[in-house]
Amino acid sequence: MSHTGGSDISVRDTRTSAGTTRSDDERFPVDNPGVEHEPPRWTDADPDAGRSAYTFVVGCFALVPVLAIAFVVIYFAVPENVFIDVGSNHYMAQHLLLGLTLGLAILLVGVGAVQWARLLMDDTERTEERHTAASSAETRTAAIDIVYQGLQETNLGRRKLIGRSLLGALGILVAPAAVLLADLGPWPTARVRAETIERTIWGEGVRLVNDVTYEPILAADMEIGQLVNAEPENLQEFHGHHLQVERAKAAIIVVRMDPNSITIPESRSSWHVNGILSYSKICTHVGCPISLWEQQTHHLLCPCHQSTFDLGNSGVVVFGPAARSLPQLPISTDAEGYLIATSDFPVPVGPSYFERDSRNDYEDGDA
Amino acid sequence: MAKPAALSEERTVPPTEPERVPGPVLKRLAGPTAWADERTGAAGLGKYFLRKVFPDHWSFLLGEIALYSFIILLLTGVFLTLWYKPSMAEIEYEGSYQLLRGVAVSEAFASTLDISFDIRGGLLMRQVHHWSAMLFVAAMFAHMLRVFFTGAFRKPREINWVIGVALLSLGLIEGFAGYSLPDDLLSGTGLRFVDGLIRSIPVIGTWAEFFVFNGEFPGDLIISRLYMAHILLIPGILLGLIAAHMALLVYHKHTQYPGPGRTDKNVVGYPLYPIYMAKAGGFFFIVFGVTVLMGATMQINPLWTYGPYNPSQVTAGSQPDWYMGWVEGAIRIMPGWEWHIGGTTWSWNIFLPGVGLLTLLFVLLGVYPWVEAWLTGDKREHHVLERPRANATRTAFGVAGIVCFSLFMIGGGNDIIAVMFNLSLNTISVVLRWAVFIGPVLAFIITKRICIALQRTDQERLLHGSESGVIQRSPVGGYSEDHRPISQGEAYTLTHHNEYPSLPEEGVSKRQLQARRWFYGDNMSKPTRAELEAAAHHGHDGHDGDGHDGDGNGHEVAGRESRELTSSRD
Repeated sequence: MSHTGGSDISVRDTRTSAGTTRSDDERFPVDNPGVEHEPPRWTDADPDAGRSAYTFVVGCFALVPVLAIAFVVIYFAVPENVFIDVGSNHYMAQHLLLGLTLGLAILLVGVGAVQWARLLMDDTERTEERHTAASSAETRTAAIDIVYQGLQETNLGRRKLIGRSLLGALGILVAPAAVLLADLGPWPTARVRAETIERTIWGEGVRLVNDVTYEPILAADMEIGQLVNAEPENLQEFHGHHLQVERAKAAIIVVRMDPNSITIPESRSSWHVNGILSYSKICTHVGCPISLWEQQTHHLLCPCHQSTFDLGNSGVVVFGPAARSLPQLPISTDAEGYLIATSDFPVPVGPSYFERDSRNDYEDGDA
Repeated sequence: MAKPAALSEERTVPPTEPERVPGPVLKRLAGPTAWADERTGAAGLGKYFLRKVFPDHWSFLLGEIALYSFIILLLTGVFLTLWYKPSMAEIEYEGSYQLLRGVAVSEAFASTLDISFDIRGGLLMRQVHHWSAMLFVAAMFAHMLRVFFTGAFRKPREINWVIGVALLSLGLIEGFAGYSLPDDLLSGTGLRFVDGLIRSIPVIGTWAEFFVFNGEFPGDLIISRLYMAHILLIPGILLGLIAAHMALLVYHKHTQYPGPGRTDKNVVGYPLYPIYMAKAGGFFFIVFGVTVLMGATMQINPLWTYGPYNPSQVTAGSQPDWYMGWVEGAIRIMPGWEWHIGGTTWSWNIFLPGVGLLTLLFVLLGVYPWVEAWLTGDKREHHVLERPRANATRTAFGVAGIVCFSLFMIGGGNDIIAVMFNLSLNTISVVLRWAVFIGPVLAFIITKRICIALQRTDQERLLHGSESGVIQRSPVGGYSEDHRPISQGEAYTLTHHNEYPSLPEEGVSKRQLQARRWFYGDNMSKPTRAELEAAAHHGHDGHDGDGHDGDGNGHEVAGRESRELTSSRD
């Protein structure tokens, strides 16, 4: 960017001025013309314009009490079950009217004040000198001297151990503070993990039930292409947050596909009932419940981040950010023909965590 | 102990001003002023602050919007706490919203419905709160971009920039915590995502998850913990940081745009009292009023249509609030990279776009002032802002960042876009995987060229004046346009930016020089005083012979051709 011409480089070499004050003229080739004064405002030049601005500002402020009283009246007078349709919008009348009156009242205070300042107050621009952010060199030296002097007065120079032991004492106080937080939650040791995130309430003989009606699912009722959102029958025994915790792991989807159109590996040949397969509904990505089912392709799509799993191929990932197959729940039928689980999920369901042993998850091509 | 100081007669008597005849207002004020001043010394403070000058520009209002939104959030937030119950205990909803009566919901969800339907004005306050939260973050982003593109983060304002970055990052967390409180299906889905995000942290992920959620997701404490963070911890820190931000602003005095009379040693504008009290105070009411009107007319977060949280349900099209959309997009378009080493799982597919990207953004923002300071080696204070074109590479960086952010944001809505435009969702995701890398590079190059082109336009105006629109025909038949010299004020404005020579010099390391050459090398250098004078003397055809043919990098100065519409020699 520099001219190779020579002489003017030293003139514009601004760095040499670092720290020293230097006339602006040398850095900037054009002289500072000084603040230009704006022409008088319309409201100053024309008395009529001035008067109408005055009227406007007073008008703004004068409307505020009207709106404020309207707000109070609406609060008490308009019932909550009255609705107003504006275009395609369906408004609660009380909410809309309260909002409009309050919003306009507040807005008018602002508009009036700003217009007052803009149009009617003095509009002379003023120039204020700046000071540098730094203190003067003397002040800085004085401050350092004070600190040094104070240090001398503490006699820390001769009795060094006081300072060190104090620092140590303060430092160690972090330990009690940190330890106090150790009960923020149960510690996820291997044993705790095995009882929590690594197991669900599925188990041998637990019936698969519809997740809304808790009706058990008859294998014979499932049609090819059908998907049912299901839960374990024993979920009904849980309430409150225990229910949420168990539901967040146990939710499954049950699908029936034409056995001839899908691939079932040897190791999973006993996990299905005539093409009825069951998978965890909880995405292996970040745990959203997966629910978008493509009947023809057997793909199941997560609506959160669009990870796509092939249910016709043991739930392997075919697209998206998920890295692991959907865990499959081994199922069978009981004597009455209802679908039951034959065990819990063989691998932990849901999103990955550091201690998860992911070597047993199904990968495309596994037997 | 010190001896009691001698009583001073003057100090107890209000100072009289013999030369000014006190009017009725002054007379009435004298008493209270004296009372307050004798106890607090407020008069000194008033003398210092009341006439403090603030410069006028629309872009300085962006930070004000952020500040005012925060105040609105405090006001409406306090209202909401009067009824909201931060409890995950299960109850049967019995409020006046018919469709959910009898449904088992958490107390948090039920109390949010009560605020919406059974407290008069409650829905209004909830919606105002949510809208101003959106506005708060949006205004912080816009304010940050203004500060970035005008170089307002340079010395002495680096600390204030870092405080601003902290405010922005805390604002995101604060917004997310608030978003999660109603415990509806959408916010629960957001929490589920955060659970997955925390879990993905290598080594400590599971521990962090169990500590945050008090065990397995969702546990029974997360809502009350987020409530504490949302109404006490984070707002407290925000308040402290905002106070520091404002204190430094007052101490440094506001930056100003270049213009006649504006230098690094002064500030030109209007006094706090009365002009800015009316303007800025009035603007608070305008922001507040508009937010209330938004809350009145524009529905936001109608959680009764989502229903209570159920971890086995989700709505298609679930998305976070806008400011987390880019992280959501990154999570969506990320390929499924995961390491399985021994008995461990390393979820790069979540950790990198989630934790990694957020950290990257805030680290890049935080260190940027020092990067530029190292490049220029400039130790001076800067109070006159740079026009974005004057620092082409910085502006190009900023635009590249915006493009990258926007592409990620598009990724966050890939399902909606696929449906609206009838596109393949997979194609959008795959294209975005590349676009987030290529797009910013293209944006960088294009922006830089545009900035340099704009610098040439400035150069043209400085050396040749402004186009008059008058076409002259010469005796030999050529046409040319007459140019008029620009005002001194404009010339001063156009030449006020700083230049950093890219020639070797003392105290500049080789790497610093290389970096500076890359950063500033393509910029047009401003004409020297001699060149400007020469151009002025030569009149309308004085553009040659001044040796100003290029900028040292082979870029010819624009303008030579543009003046002659047809060449008489051809």
